[in-house]
Amino acid sequence: MAERFDFPGGITPPTRKARSTRAPLRTAPLPRRVILPLDQHAGAPAEPCVELGQRVRTGERIARASGLISAALHASITGRVAAIEEHALPAGDGRRGPCIVIEGEGEDDWLTLPSLDWRQAPQATLLERLDAAGVVGLGGAAFPTQVKARIRELHAIDTLVVNAAECEPYISADDLTLRHFAADVLEGARLMARLAGAERILVGIEDDKPEALQALQAAREASLAEAMPVEIRPIATRYPSGGERQLIKRLLGREVPSGGLPADVGTHCHNPGTLRAALAAVRDGVPLVERVVTLTGEALARPGNVVARLGTPIGELLHFAGLDPRALHRLVMGGPMMGEALGELASPVVKATNCLIAATRQELPDPPPEQPCIRCGACEEVCPASLLPQQLYWFARGREHDKAERFHLFDCIECGACSYVCPSHIPLEQYYRAAKQAIRAQRREAARADHARHRFEFRQARLAREQAEKEARRAARKRAAAPAARRPAGGDTQGTAPAADLRGLRIAHSAATAAERKAEKALARAAESGEADPASLDDLETQLATARENRQAAEARLQAARDAEEKPA
Amino acid sequence: MSLMHADQTAPRRPASTAGVMRWLLLATLPGIAALTWHFGWGVLTNLGFAAVAGIGLEAAMLRLRGRPVSATLADNSALVTAVLLGVALPPGSAWWLILIGMVAAIVVAKHLYGGLGHNLFNPAMVGYALLLVSFPGPMSLWPGPDGLLGPEARPLGETLRQFAGLTSLETLDALSGATPLDAFKHKPEALMAGEFWAGTPLPEGALTAWRQVALAWLAGGALLLYKRVIGWQIPVAMLGTLSLVATLLYAGNPSHQGSPLFHLLGGAAIFGAFFIATDPVSAATSRRGKLLYGAGIGALVMAIRAAGAYPDAVAFAVLLMNFAAPFIDYYSEPRVFGHPAATRGIRADAGEEER
Repeated sequence: MAERFDFPGGITPPTRKARSTRAPLRTAPLPRRVILPLDQHAGAPAEPCVELGQRVRTGERIARASGLISAALHASITGRVAAIEEHALPAGDGRRGPCIVIEGEGEDDWLTLPSLDWRQAPQATLLERLDAAGVVGLGGAAFPTQVKARIRELHAIDTLVVNAAECEPYISADDLTLRHFAADVLEGARLMARLAGAERILVGIEDDKPEALQALQAAREASLAEAMPVEIRPIATRYPSGGERQLIKRLLGREVPSGGLPADVGTHCHNPGTLRAALAAVRDGVPLVERVVTLTGEALARPGNVVARLGTPIGELLHFAGLDPRALHRLVMGGPMMGEALGELASPVVKATNCLIAATRQELPDPPPEQPCIRCGACEEVCPASLLPQQLYWFARGREHDKAERFHLFDCIECGACSYVCPSHIPLEQYYRAAKQAIRAQRREAARADHARHRFEFRQARLAREQAEKEARRAARKRAAAPAARRPAGGDTQGTAPAADLRGLRIAHSAATAAERKAEKALARAAESGEADPASLDDLETQLATARENRQAAEARLQAARDAEEKPA
Repeated sequence: MSLMHADQTAPRRPASTAGVMRWLLLATLPGIAALTWHFGWGVLTNLGFAAVAGIGLEAAMLRLRGRPVSATLADNSALVTAVLLGVALPPGSAWWLILIGMVAAIVVAKHLYGGLGHNLFNPAMVGYALLLVSFPGPMSLWPGPDGLLGPEARPLGETLRQFAGLTSLETLDALSGATPLDAFKHKPEALMAGEFWAGTPLPEGALTAWRQVALAWLAGGALLLYKRVIGWQIPVAMLGTLSLVATLLYAGNPSHQGSPLFHLLGGAAIFGAFFIATDPVSAATSRRGKLLYGAGIGALVMAIRAAGAYPDAVAFAVLLMNFAAPFIDYYSEPRVFGHPAATRGIRADAGEEER
């Protein structure tokens, strides 16, 4: 089918999905012990709110969100908190991080939240629920869903895009989710569309998933009575059409501006698993404690998709799928293009674990040694961002960071299509990632001084706000104390030139509100890019807090002025 | 990290650098066959010695530079340089001429600049240009189209003596004939083109031989395009511009200018367009840049042919455009996804920020 819009470049690697789509969705056995990293979402790590030895029920909150961009964490089994300690994380660099370890009791005693009707409940309640249930994007970036939903406050959203492209080889978690729960996914989409204020839902799905497509169409037919129009758009299979920007371009012809968010072009983009989790959190009151994980690779005797509790040790899941440890050459979390090679079978399944590939040596062989770039341009032809990867490689290698940025290094989505076709077997996107990190480190140095200044500004703003509120309270008290005596020309200082004063204060207030929104947007952008480091997020949060203080101070002053001017009845 | 690679799927485009070079070598075979058929054993002695010298020099340089020798030799790039220089030199060139050319190509143009991928200039053309400037005598002694097996053909033994440098320059001069471009270049000013051609200025069959060789290179070029070893941009832009300029010149002064077809098929234009100008390392790299680069070569070839001292000009045109390639690259970047317009020049615009 001819498509009206398309993104440039792209590749069509073998999809290798059949291995994991033949078996139906299974439920993995309940783990005896779970390891729940505090930092398994974009933004600030969660803060533990349980004590050692405390008994927790499945679904009980064990760590709360800290900061504006963060997500809560819930016990995924029933048992006792055995430890809060450093543990191996499922990361390519083998880093460790703080985790809550729960030792199970064998039973599964659920603690759920009250059910909500998403059609009736106020938006704020729904957002709070998504926050309380720890729902994050399950496509891999693990961005807190409620934060994404709040970005709508800054933009008009017209279309909610369901990203069911699942373009990366091997992964079939969304495919199986749709086959089994298409109705829930569409209902979840309606919920999120309502939150976003969108007028329609657009599902983008690659045409290599006929069963999922059929299930979606059936679910759509069954729900035609709903007001929200749903369109299901199959697209030709081509990597990386599941990239948010690429999918939006392909479905809507809109280009998310460089450095911008999908919200900038009036869309929100959600993965099917996320939508199902959002619905479960609202309709059933079930926090995010499990997810669909694809278990695949030739080293597994029983590949397929499983519903696994978060925190389940990866080795345990692979064992369930019949892992042959001798055949295992490489363990990958995520897909073979953008995933990370894991060294540690003891690391746990996290919210972002969409796929585990236990590959044999033949299947995903070690790349041959890197050869010199001959600038053949094969990478340029496949780049979905129209970059010149051969130039970026040159500048990244030579540490010419200015030039790398000039050639739009930060527009690279690290999809790896360039490496896939490179005849010299250069791991290009690794060079780009390293260059980005180096540039960010330089900026961080520069930002450190700024941060001290921002903290000082925050303190000043807080003091000013407290002062303004105090004055506002005093003004209100004054008015309350002498209700009838006070006439328009009262002796209040703020009442001397009320009209002009009010106007100035109103302008100041809207300027402060705009500044706050700008700060919110900057923070959301940095966090959603998934690339910002904690220090710069911290700085952005300080700036946002300052803006909030300023806005509140302006509000208080405005209120005080209004109180002073208001003619008592 | 990308753990999959196109080489697991047998794509049409060769998925390894060695594969790219192998297809390049394969694509030179029709041209080599046609050259040999028309100009005799000398083509093969050129190629054989150039290849030996190329591999020897490459190995020596790799060893000196402390690089893995056999693994790097396996990329076939030295062989490609040797073949391209070998077919460009007059058939039956003396060993020392070939050796000097190969030293300039492999040692100077390639390894002193950092090896494969780092050379600013096309190595084969550096070697060729150096020889053309330094040894104009031997470089202009192109043999007549005596054939490989015909009655006029030079026997292999004779060619080997020539290769060994034992044939005197006078004998060589007597045996050789001018190339069509050379002959036309040196036609007397007063002579009209029609009169010139009527006077049989070339050895019998020379023009036909050159045309057939050009068409054989075209066949090899088509193979490269089909296998996507090269893009269409450079050859099309170069030959298109060359034809356009030749047509304009011819239309302006048909009695003293060669016809566009003569310029396309009479010399090294086709060979240069598909095998020399397309060297990706020294060419402009973006698709738009390649169009500009190819067009520049085409225009320069015609400028030098029409107004310069050299009858054929592919080597100089390519080298001059090699100079311009980095500049072209700064001004030919495509519009990046999510940006309203393409960026031009070296400096980042002020609005450029990390997302």
